[in-house]
Amino acid sequence: MDRAELIARLTPIIATYAQDKDAVASINETTDFIKDLKINSANLVDVILDVEEEFDIEIDNLSMERMLNVSAAMEIIEDKLKTK
Amino acid sequence: MDNRVVVTGLGVVAPNGVGLTAFTDAIKNGTSGIKHDPLLEQLQFSCQIAGKPELSDDFIAQYFTALELRNFNSTGILYGVIAGMDAWKDAGLTITEGDEPDWDCGTIFGTGTSGIDKFRESIYKVDDLQLRKLGSTVVVQTMASGISAYLGGKLGLGNQTTTNSSACITGTESILMAYERIKTGQATKMLAGSTSDSGPYIWAGFDAMKVCTYKHNSSPEQGSRPMSASASGFVPGSGAGAMVLESLDSALKRNATIYGEIIGGHINSGGQRCTGTMTAPNSIAVQRCIKGALQNAGIKASEVDAINGHLTATSKDATEIQNWSIALNRKGSDFPYINSLKSTIGHCLSAAGSIECVASILQLHHDFIFPNINCEDLNPEISDAIDFNRIPQQLLNTNVNIVAKASFGFGDVNACIILKKYAK
Repeated sequence: MDRAELIARLTPIIATYAQDKDAVASINETTDFIKDLKINSANLVDVILDVEEEFDIEIDNLSMERMLNVSAAMEIIEDKLKTK
Repeated sequence: MDNRVVVTGLGVVAPNGVGLTAFTDAIKNGTSGIKHDPLLEQLQFSCQIAGKPELSDDFIAQYFTALELRNFNSTGILYGVIAGMDAWKDAGLTITEGDEPDWDCGTIFGTGTSGIDKFRESIYKVDDLQLRKLGSTVVVQTMASGISAYLGGKLGLGNQTTTNSSACITGTESILMAYERIKTGQATKMLAGSTSDSGPYIWAGFDAMKVCTYKHNSSPEQGSRPMSASASGFVPGSGAGAMVLESLDSALKRNATIYGEIIGGHINSGGQRCTGTMTAPNSIAVQRCIKGALQNAGIKASEVDAINGHLTATSKDATEIQNWSIALNRKGSDFPYINSLKSTIGHCLSAAGSIECVASILQLHHDFIFPNINCEDLNPEISDAIDFNRIPQQLLNTNVNIVAKASFGFGDVNACIILKKYAK
């Protein structure tokens, strides 16, 4: 999967929780979930659950902790897909 | 000096009407909201009828964001938020925008349980070793204070934001507690009310105790029969009632509609002594509660025009009437008018007190006594104590100045509130 496709699949998941809807339109690898998209920190765990379902992977506690922005999310997803 | 406390906004989500207009029409017409419930039948309940508010998805979407509705499974919070926000809007109040909450506005919004369906869903997941799949939505929907937390956030309340819980007196108690807070100058406006979850998992325990009627599964609208000789147990209900209480000064300053004034009340317990048990009232405590409310309000028993009773449609109804009669020292044709909203909506448990207080305030504001249904065959113990015409079977358009409303609950707890038409 190339990175553009990955972002395309990630965007609708993130959009559900983003309170700054304008920021969703310009999602890129540097976008931060909390600072840029104003996702409520309690919802980060929901983002992760949705990502797991979308990509059929399981994200460990350690990875969860650092999944705070788009680039970390992409890295973790790619990593988990490789070891599937 | 103490503040006078008035009611400036009302909201209601009841089995026979959602919103003030529908609800007012329903109670005036004696429209029943009791229906056969296929789920209760499927689960082999003895009582297969219930009172549930009807809400469409489109309507719900006016109160909750799409994100809030994701994995949302708490009827109590649903009803409470709608009733609470409606009361706020009805009071002509706006939602606090920006970074600063309104420090002078709070809420006391009670419930018996919160999100019982959400709880059930979570328990199954946990036992199935799927704990991590619970996500972030379980705690806020199942914590008892979920309802006050939702309302506090939606409205931007900066004063006390809490949930009380005391079985079937919960709603009446929340209003009295909010009243005290304004009276003593600790808040200017309080959203007071209560809510109750719907469905088999909240009602099952009552069904198992055999306190609900099993005789009307094919005649739901005749099922809830407070004060009737053929009363055979209560019909479970659910919903929410809410009111904005406000200091008179604040209400006058902003030229708000004043529905009525709260002039006092009393809350006590029978301590499960004498005739009192976990599930039955100590009559001495009930009488003290009513007398205490009159004293607190500074009125004489003769000034009470109407009583809105607890009257659930069990054998305890006659005892309640006797307690009112003794406490007020009034009987026969001298007894005030009395009615029970449970005849049309069933027993809404933790929401009962607040929905019934909304109905009582509407009676004051619009000068009517809503009819009782299903008690044409009056319990003889009741007809021995008070005249038949004190228990209206038809809508009565009459001047109503003071209503005494009481609720009694498991744990042998009592609450009585005195509501008065507002006069300068």
